Amino acid sequence: MPDQFLYAIEVMINGLMTGVLYSLVALGFVLIFKASGVFNYAQGVLALFAALTLVGLQRGQVPFAHLINAVFGTEVDHFPWTLPSLIAIILTIGVMILLAVLVERLVLKHLVNQEPIILFMATIGLAYFLEGLGDIMWGSDIKMLDVGLPQGASRWVESNTKWLGGEGFYGFFIDKLDMVATLVAAILVISLTLFSQYSKQGRALRAVADDHQAALSVGISLRFIWVLVWSIAGFVALVAGIMWGTKSGVQFSLSLIALKALPVLMLGGFTSIPGAIVGGLIIGVGEKLFEFTIGGMIGGATENWFAYVLALLFLVFRPQGLFGEKIIERV
Amino acid sequence: MFYREAGDFKTSYVEDGQTFPIKLDRYAYYVALAVAFGVIPFLIDDYYANAVLVPFLIYAIAALGLNILTGYCGQVSLGTGGFMAVGAYSVFKLMTAFPDVNILVHVVLAGIITAVVGVLFGLPSLRIKGFYLAVATLAAQFFLVWLFNRVPWFYNYSASGQISVPERSVAGIIVTGPETTAWAKYLVCLVFLVVLAWLARNLTRGTIGRSWMAIRDMDIAAEIIGVNPLKAKLTAFAVSSFFIGIAGALFFAVYLGAAEVGEAFGISKSFLILFMVIIGGLGSIFGSMAGAAFLVLLPVMLKNVLVGSLGWATDLAAHLELMIVGGLIIVFLIAEPHGIAQLWRLAKEKLRLWPFPY
Repeated sequence: MPDQFLYAIEVMINGLMTGVLYSLVALGFVLIFKASGVFNYAQGVLALFAALTLVGLQRGQVPFAHLINAVFGTEVDHFPWTLPSLIAIILTIGVMILLAVLVERLVLKHLVNQEPIILFMATIGLAYFLEGLGDIMWGSDIKMLDVGLPQGASRWVESNTKWLGGEGFYGFFIDKLDMVATLVAAILVISLTLFSQYSKQGRALRAVADDHQAALSVGISLRFIWVLVWSIAGFVALVAGIMWGTKSGVQFSLSLIALKALPVLMLGGFTSIPGAIVGGLIIGVGEKLFEFTIGGMIGGATENWFAYVLALLFLVFRPQGLFGEKIIERV
Repeated sequence: MFYREAGDFKTSYVEDGQTFPIKLDRYAYYVALAVAFGVIPFLIDDYYANAVLVPFLIYAIAALGLNILTGYCGQVSLGTGGFMAVGAYSVFKLMTAFPDVNILVHVVLAGIITAVVGVLFGLPSLRIKGFYLAVATLAAQFFLVWLFNRVPWFYNYSASGQISVPERSVAGIIVTGPETTAWAKYLVCLVFLVVLAWLARNLTRGTIGRSWMAIRDMDIAAEIIGVNPLKAKLTAFAVSSFFIGIAGALFFAVYLGAAEVGEAFGISKSFLILFMVIIGGLGSIFGSMAGAAFLVLLPVMLKNVLVGSLGWATDLAAHLELMIVGGLIIVFLIAEPHGIAQLWRLAKEKLRLWPFPY
């Protein structure tokens, strides 16, 4: 096979892996949107916040150290201990659940029956708030996250695919972390599907997604469902935060992956979990291939906008996305 | 008692249809104009011009533009930063290509170019709505910033990739470039704001403004009673982008002087202006200005209090500012979804009766 073709395949495989990571973020959006009709812009910042909390707990940082030092003139910095990854992860899940409760109590409860766009803007406010909170709690420097996931190129894949090409081809370069991420995403999607199909809470969740009022009238607590959904979204954000944080460090740019997940959602439809997965894969492969084939000719770094323009063009022809429910409008 | 309309009789249609039908409002408006044109230019110094007044005037123009699109026509846009960049780069290209033409003409032309670009990116709004559209406008934001970053023609092949403004003057007074005096910057922006606010006010209460509002309130119903959605939406995009383009041109040429597109016109600018519109009040001219004033003053005040008085580190103050802005947005949306403008309206209602209960 010609090497150029093999490189294209390699780019495509890596694109698929990136796409999986986009899907992970998009999944959080879809969950909240389905259950509460809120388009949660803060999903990316949730991922950042979760990752920051995880690193901070792991290292035994004192929360709000910077603020405390500024107010009281003290010099606190770290607790004298560090936590093992597993305990830190469990504690972080606890923090995300607490956050979900607080969001429901302080924000969502007061915005029931408002227009969707008002709720959307409230989540933008929430995103700003959490970003500031994360920075104040744990400091804004770039942190390395290590929870023991394998990293680096997979030698096994590389040596086993070398025979495909000629002299200059050294086998496919695939990051182990990406493979783990793919596996985790698959497990997450399957368990979420099982949860929503077969558990009591999952059924309640689908009922709320279907019709708020009908669900209320058969005795489902809307507030509990919202807390539940935001907790799950927080958990998905944590998983996404761990993956992206291990890949490129925990820093502000982590919250920008939310922006990358938006075109994924548009492509897949806001209400469809399979849509989020497929959309993520299409965008991941599409932007990598576009950069590989055409990007070099027109200045590079096309990843920044390709996904949006693709989604935009797509929406003009199919406004509800690939798997979205058909939009029916009544006067 | 002090603020009332009793005894303020109208004897002609012209009087009845004027912008400020209540006498007290009208006088307050004249006084505000007189102070803005006659007093402030003599008192202004570099600090107030650069930290407060000039950014306020420019953001007020941008917020007016976005308010026309989002507040009056109901189309949420997150591409404001990108459209401001179009204004800035158009004025830069025009200024360097035609050095003899008056800079004010260039600024208006930049607005018109931005309007054309805005209509282009507004086309999808005919098919998609709500969130989908909001996300689609992000395409404009990212694509435009990338374009100005990567295509050297736009920044005249300068080595740094930045654009910097050449010196230009109007009637012998320097208005752009490093030599500009504070009051000249202020006056240029003020003139644009007053003219554009007058334009916006009159557009929004005319036929076209009413068709925007009909589309905003319920687009299908509007279509059925004979509002042309194509025309209404695209004119809203055009007018809004025209305002935003002028704001971008002034932001670059008069305020910044030199700009790097990703930094000056990034996504955070889009959000900042959207927040101004929300906090100020959707669908209100006064609200756009109030929101701009609020969000320009807030960081300055926080900085003065936290860094200046308490001696905190600047990054800590910056993070706290993020929290406060985010928190305020949520509080505003919960307590008063119509923003400062609505608070002002309520205050006026109360003032009409004060100090009597009825």
